[in-house]
Amino acid sequence: MATVTYDHVTKRFESVVAVNDFDLEIPDREFLVLVGPSGCGKSTALRLLAGLEEITEGNIYIGDRLVNDVTAKDRDIAMVFQSYALYPHMSVYDNMAFGLTLRKMPKEETRRRVHETAQILGIEELLKRKPRQLSGGQRQRVALGRAIVRDPAVFLFDEPLSNLDAKLRVQTRAEISKLHDRLGTTFIYVTHDQVEAMTMATKIAVMKEGVLQQVGTPQELYSRPDNVFVAGFIGSPAINFFEVTVSGTREEMYLDHGCCLVRVPDSKVNDLLPYLGKRVIFGIRPENVHDQEYQPPNIAVAPVRAKVDVTELMGNEIFLHLIMENGKPFLARVDPRTKARPGHTIQVALNMAQMHAFDPQTKSVIRRSDRL
Amino acid sequence: MILWSIPTIALLVSSFREPTAIAASGWWNAITEPFDFTIDNYEKVLTQRGMARSFWNSVIITVPSTILVILVASFAAYAFAWMRFPGRNVLFLVVVALLVVPLQMTLIPVLRLYVNVTIDQELPLLGGNVFGVNSFPGLWMAHVAYGLPFAIFLLRNFFGALPRDLFESAYLDGASDLGVFFRIVLPLSGLAIAALAIFQFLWVWQDLLVALVLLGDPDLAPMMLTITSLVSSFGSQYQLLTAAAFISMIVPLFLFLALQRYFVQGILAGAVKG
Repeated sequence: MATVTYDHVTKRFESVVAVNDFDLEIPDREFLVLVGPSGCGKSTALRLLAGLEEITEGNIYIGDRLVNDVTAKDRDIAMVFQSYALYPHMSVYDNMAFGLTLRKMPKEETRRRVHETAQILGIEELLKRKPRQLSGGQRQRVALGRAIVRDPAVFLFDEPLSNLDAKLRVQTRAEISKLHDRLGTTFIYVTHDQVEAMTMATKIAVMKEGVLQQVGTPQELYSRPDNVFVAGFIGSPAINFFEVTVSGTREEMYLDHGCCLVRVPDSKVNDLLPYLGKRVIFGIRPENVHDQEYQPPNIAVAPVRAKVDVTELMGNEIFLHLIMENGKPFLARVDPRTKARPGHTIQVALNMAQMHAFDPQTKSVIRRSDRL
Repeated sequence: MILWSIPTIALLVSSFREPTAIAASGWWNAITEPFDFTIDNYEKVLTQRGMARSFWNSVIITVPSTILVILVASFAAYAFAWMRFPGRNVLFLVVVALLVVPLQMTLIPVLRLYVNVTIDQELPLLGGNVFGVNSFPGLWMAHVAYGLPFAIFLLRNFFGALPRDLFESAYLDGASDLGVFFRIVLPLSGLAIAALAIFQFLWVWQDLLVALVLLGDPDLAPMMLTITSLVSSFGSQYQLLTAAAFISMIVPLFLFLALQRYFVQGILAGAVKG
């Protein structure tokens, strides 16, 4: 059990900056998910903590201990790899006991721990098998077991679910969450899958090109993204972005799409006041675009006409691929009762209370009211 | 397989025939009745022609040369493949470059060097000088040196292909470099090491040139050297040559049969999801 602190950590490979001034404090017992597209430096950040890469600049602390110069084996960390990295020539039992044996734990204690862990994971009957005799899901469990049995201060996961099929992934996701509750240890989990991040994390850290973009609870990241990248990365299907001009007056402000005007709700007017007459990036999530016929009551709506391009029935909802009159495509996630069919032109209602606006230069959110 | 075995069988059959029979008819006549075999040839070669002593000399030369090469090469290959140190790539390039140096070119310099460093004392148990010319340790060292570039090259490529995650996982589990080497790398490299062992063993066992240059004493001569002298002095006595040749084949044959399962077995299956 330990807090983990990245203190302005930078990692360069020759001329490439993989991790840039990464500054993050992870409290004890947190389940932090580091998420971002491939090559964003999230795995490198994890490997720096594990001691598998050397830090170029900055410090990493585990608890109060500066670990920059501590070798991987002395950092009290266990890691689950994407490939599982089971030792192919050892039985499951030996795989799990490997770390304990190396640490000179008494045989009896090792046996007890391995069996206890195997029981938790339901792999007791596999202990005598070799990794090649196991299915992907079973290997995954053994890899988890090998980490748990060591009772480390911090658990690291490097995309551990990528090699599982979709069904098993959902199941294992829930199990890892349960495991976190049960062990009460700091988990740091790297993934490119924002769904994994949203479902498992107590905190998410979004990275892009080596730079930390935003840290927060899943809910915070979803409803109050700090910039265009986070807004676009978190949430599936992805948020709709429009380049618009802020027009009108303080009393009656609009976002001008070129083809239609969308009224800015009073709650957002203050934020956008400095941008009057300028361009902004307007973002709205698909679930906040409603078929006007079935829009929920009591929302700040702005009507927009759009042509239906494609409809996708998901069962409990329908995705409408729409085209605005200016030719801009966007996506709506609407009530399945909708009568919209491809080729129709319909009225959709944007729930403007949930709108996001970003500065087109800095790509940062325009949220003036927060700062005042 | 059958085609490959015919010369071996021919040699084996001939080595058990009377000299007159060899001269009179082909070996295939012997495998039909009436059978007329003798072990005289073997008796003669082993007792009178020094083949017994040569056999042991061959073993004394080959076994340490093989083990030493594997030991040194596997350490070096591990370092080249997985440890970070300055000049690693340059050094490895030098080792690979040594592969193209013809052995013959080195014989004279090595011999001259050996003459200078010869320790002219009797080596206990094995005989011969302690080091330099006419010594087993000197010959071991020469064979190890000749064998190393290829061995390092082969093992480095094999070690380098092992999944990195395995090493990292072992480091995190608390293993040192040495621990990773002995507990992970060696057990997973049985295949490559067996292949290398066979190569090196056969190479040293069949070596004539190096032994001819560095060992002058007939008491220390390995079988290849003894057979060569048999050929020159008893060129027409095929019955002795076939027997001698077969003795020299027995060990490599057994070695190959014993280790061939490693060629078949894919020990790496299941390491990472494939």
